[in-house]
Amino acid sequence: MSDQTPSTAPDAEPNIPHPTDEAAISQAVEAALAAIEAAGDLTELKEARLAHTGEKSPLSLANRQIGKLDKSEKAVAGKLVGGARGRVNKALAARTVVLEEAEAARILVEETVDVTAAPRRRRAGARHPLSVLQDRVSDIFVGMGWEIAEGPEVESEWFNFDALNFKPDHPAREMQDTFFIEPADAHLVLRTHTSPVQVRSMLEREVPVYVLCPGRTFRTDELDATHTPVFHQFEGLAVDKGLTMADLRGTLEHFARQMFGAEAQIRLRPAYFPFTEPSAELDIWHPGAKGGPRWIEWGGCGMINPNVLRAAGIDPEEYSGFAFGMGIERTLMFRNDVPDMHDMIEGDVRFSQHFGMEI
Amino acid sequence: MRIPLSWLREYTQLPADASAEDLMADLVKVGLEEEDVHRPSDELSGPIVVGQVLSLVKEEASNGKTINWCQVRVVPEGAEQTLTGKGIDPSGVQGIVCGAHNFVEGDKVVVTLPGAVLPGDFKISPRKTYGHTSAGMIASSRELGIGDDHDGIIVLSRLGLDPELGTDVLELFGLDDQAAEINVTPDRGYCFSIRGVAREYGLATGTAFTDPASKVQVTDAAEAGHPVVLADDAPIYGVAGCTRFVTREVTGIDPTRPTPRWMASRLQLAGMRSISLPVDISNYVMLELGSPLHFYDADKLSGAITVRRAAAGEKLTTLDEKERELSVEDLLITDESGAIGIAGVMGGASTEVSDATSRVLIEAAHFDAVSIARSRRRHKLPSEASKRFERGVDPRIMQIAAQRAVDLLVELAGGTETAKITDAGAVPQAAQIVLPAGFASALIGVDYTDAQIISALEGIGAEVSQDAAGFTVTAPSWRPDLAIKEDLVEEVARVIGYDQIPATLPVAPPGRGLSRSQSQRRRVLQGLADFGMTEVLCYPFVSEAQNNTFGAAQAGDQVKAITLANPISKEFRFLRTSLLPGLLDTARRNNGRGFRDLALYEGGLVFFPGVQLGSSVLPPLGAKPSDEVLAELFAGVPNQPWQIAGVFTGHEAPAAAGFAPRVWDWADALDAARTVADILGTELEIVQGSHQAFHPGRAAALKLNGEIVGYAGELHPALLKDADLPARTVAFELNATAVMDAAPAVVVAEHLSTQPLATQDVALVVDREVVAGDVLAALREGAGELLEDVALFDVYEGKGIEDGKKSLAFGLRFRATDRTLTADEASEARAAAVAVAAEKFGAVQR
Repeated sequence: MSDQTPSTAPDAEPNIPHPTDEAAISQAVEAALAAIEAAGDLTELKEARLAHTGEKSPLSLANRQIGKLDKSEKAVAGKLVGGARGRVNKALAARTVVLEEAEAARILVEETVDVTAAPRRRRAGARHPLSVLQDRVSDIFVGMGWEIAEGPEVESEWFNFDALNFKPDHPAREMQDTFFIEPADAHLVLRTHTSPVQVRSMLEREVPVYVLCPGRTFRTDELDATHTPVFHQFEGLAVDKGLTMADLRGTLEHFARQMFGAEAQIRLRPAYFPFTEPSAELDIWHPGAKGGPRWIEWGGCGMINPNVLRAAGIDPEEYSGFAFGMGIERTLMFRNDVPDMHDMIEGDVRFSQHFGMEI
Repeated sequence: MRIPLSWLREYTQLPADASAEDLMADLVKVGLEEEDVHRPSDELSGPIVVGQVLSLVKEEASNGKTINWCQVRVVPEGAEQTLTGKGIDPSGVQGIVCGAHNFVEGDKVVVTLPGAVLPGDFKISPRKTYGHTSAGMIASSRELGIGDDHDGIIVLSRLGLDPELGTDVLELFGLDDQAAEINVTPDRGYCFSIRGVAREYGLATGTAFTDPASKVQVTDAAEAGHPVVLADDAPIYGVAGCTRFVTREVTGIDPTRPTPRWMASRLQLAGMRSISLPVDISNYVMLELGSPLHFYDADKLSGAITVRRAAAGEKLTTLDEKERELSVEDLLITDESGAIGIAGVMGGASTEVSDATSRVLIEAAHFDAVSIARSRRRHKLPSEASKRFERGVDPRIMQIAAQRAVDLLVELAGGTETAKITDAGAVPQAAQIVLPAGFASALIGVDYTDAQIISALEGIGAEVSQDAAGFTVTAPSWRPDLAIKEDLVEEVARVIGYDQIPATLPVAPPGRGLSRSQSQRRRVLQGLADFGMTEVLCYPFVSEAQNNTFGAAQAGDQVKAITLANPISKEFRFLRTSLLPGLLDTARRNNGRGFRDLALYEGGLVFFPGVQLGSSVLPPLGAKPSDEVLAELFAGVPNQPWQIAGVFTGHEAPAAAGFAPRVWDWADALDAARTVADILGTELEIVQGSHQAFHPGRAAALKLNGEIVGYAGELHPALLKDADLPARTVAFELNATAVMDAAPAVVVAEHLSTQPLATQDVALVVDREVVAGDVLAALREGAGELLEDVALFDVYEGKGIEDGKKSLAFGLRFRATDRTLTADEASEARAAAVAVAAEKFGAVQR
């Protein structure tokens, strides 16, 4: 407190604190701070700002009086009033931050939506699982350095049968199995297996040949739960010097583990195919099979019959090879528990959409 | 082939307690695949015993039927009834009501006692009927599941049986036996016999087996047999139709004697019906030794038998009483009266063995597989005999099989053996195959010892001699499939066991990954799924009308399509030339199942016959055709481009609260097609199109380098109505192969300018008929190289625009590569653009 007696300012009004009146200035500050503190939102704070820092506020008015004071009082008054206004502004700024944060928080709360009611704005598309499985199989072999080979679905009878060592009167050439194209002397068929691609691949490439041939195949079966006249296969073919049946087993075992996991087991059983000798049926151990774990027939395989190599101009005394073939529908049926062939071929969108892009 | 276990056990060490499942588990190792189990006791259980009818009282029932109230003794007189259970009388005599009338007091019959279960889960228990309590049933063959005869109950004396009362009928009838059904591959014809399977069982288990053929003592030919002439003047592939024809004669048989139960039971388990004693004997020998036989009534034969091809127009009435027109390729058995049988397929009616036959001529012959297969196919007469001949019958078994039949006719039919034996033809010289040393090990990847190889080959019945170079192997006569060294390797590998083969992983040469077209197709298929569409796979079989509608742009154009000779459905005998028929069928099926918002697509081949359909050339197997022949084969394979197509109907997404999904429309079909082009790095030119399957005003032709490669838009309303699909269904189809081929091999980078953008908008008034795409192309042409992009952002008709005109508003973006464009430069470029549009389409700036 100053021990000086404040001079009477000209035009002094009773509610204007004298700029050197420490007690009055202090009181105005206290009133301002109380009003700022009491402001509950930014609107009330604005009112408090007007009332305590506006032109008509006591501190502003007191400030304006300073100019009229004696020179000796000016410094004291300036320091006193300036300090007072500084305190009030600081409080205002602090309160503004607090209230703005509260306001922002309130808006965020108000903007809450029910996320469980969100619409799907775009329907997710889906690949057909047979198509995805075919890609998956291809990728495994591409990863081993193999090529993917393809051929036509309407195929020359020679590639479909003769080149594969099917003798002219072999039962598989009979009308009940093969779709023949008219006229008969055109010697065209809907390929009954992907094996004709074997011979095409060998004719097109130089040995060594390591190819996988996935594709659509046809037999004159009526559609039922386990048969369809239009189905898919994939066929593997390797021709190189010194390939053995152990190489065949190793390749199939590797593939089975990629498809079914590290625990997958395979079994070879003696069998007969015109285009392989020795021939084998390939079984896979299915621990989750309906009715208990068991071996499931997966496909056929064997060492390429020398007549097939000869048909492609490869000397069987110099090269050997192996081949294998499996059904994609069948693989999907037991790998993914598809109970009925109808689901795979009818195009019901639920079937593909359930799988989406995965199998 | 079904193998009754009791039969196999006669010739092998098959354990007495082995089940059909156990047997199949062993046989699978040598390549006989398990198929099924046939076990009567799964459906039939006792007590079923032999009983004797003590008394039989005929009673008229209220329904007019006469029934027999019988007292039947089911334990021997004086013996105690040891069976217990509700309804089994301790006295050993059961009261039974029986409706059949083919028996009399004193007959021994089959009694199913209370507690027995018959096929069809028919449980026997005492029941009140016709005023009595009938405690059991007197059974017929049909009720036991062993025959079709339902005329009456089984009277055991008529089967030649007189067993003790109380005998277990399951055992008596061989119903406690079971059969394993195995799948025999086409190269193993010898496994269509007990003889062959017995050998394989021995190989699979390493146990001893007896060749059933070795048990037969062939009688020496003391007299000339029936004269037989082999006269095939048209062999197929140069192979004579009949190489061996053995006959035997048995006199004085009684063909009406019952077939013994053991034989009937085995035949039945093997899947054959018991017909008459002579027929059953011939089937029994065929099943046991693998050689089909034919029995003639020798008294009905006229003169010498000649085996020859049929003459043109020749006919034969076969055993099934059908008159058949014969082909000149059919191999016939004939006598002086004409044809008496189609060799190996079916005998003729005129020389058939009947109940009156006394003198039988047995035929055991070897016929060519191809000849039999063709006759069987031609006459649609598959039989147990043709099945065996087609797969190759042991040419050395004929005398033995005929002898076995003689022995059975003597033993069971009361016949007398004669020494009249004919053996026409000859056994072909067995081929010798050289198996070089080390070859088996090199092909399989297992180090087989010489001893292992010799033991395996001898195990299958081959004769093996060894020298420094390897093994010389004479294949057994029953293995015509063994012809090359690889065949022998398979025998070695399978006898020693495929499970001995280790796993080694061969290393392929460094690969190239997917080919360009493979990865293109994969990206297109994935891209459309990402676009929100669902992939389906449709059958390629379509009708002529479907091909004509979708395969040709203009109505009335006949589409050349490939046709199937043997379609599943005659209507859908054509191969598709468009993917849309299948997609529309699939859309309709989904609609029917309540799924109305659909976006379906398929990528697949379509088929065009081309100039040359197929080729008459069919080169032989086992040799590479000449380059000219290969070129001819390739040229005959039709053009099969890969196409992609899609169909949209309903909404883009399901409706939800606060969200109204878009309805798929024509622009979505275009967008999908353009997405395919985007994925492949090309751009399609969109022009107004005209295609009969599409709405005449809402179809786009999709062009690439000036060629139409597809269509997109709204399908024709009339077509949708006919196809029962919702109005406004839209579709696209693209020859994706053409788009893929046009895709750039290398995409050259755009050199980005960082100079500022200058934008200019322009509104042009043109005739309503002028399409926006043409005006846009004109602007692009006129704007010059400063133009970065131009886009249509508004189309307006109405107030302020003259009738018949429309206003098109375009935004043009200009940018230079080296400087900031001035407003004047941008305006000049715009004016140049407008000038071309004005010149070409009379466009007037608003």
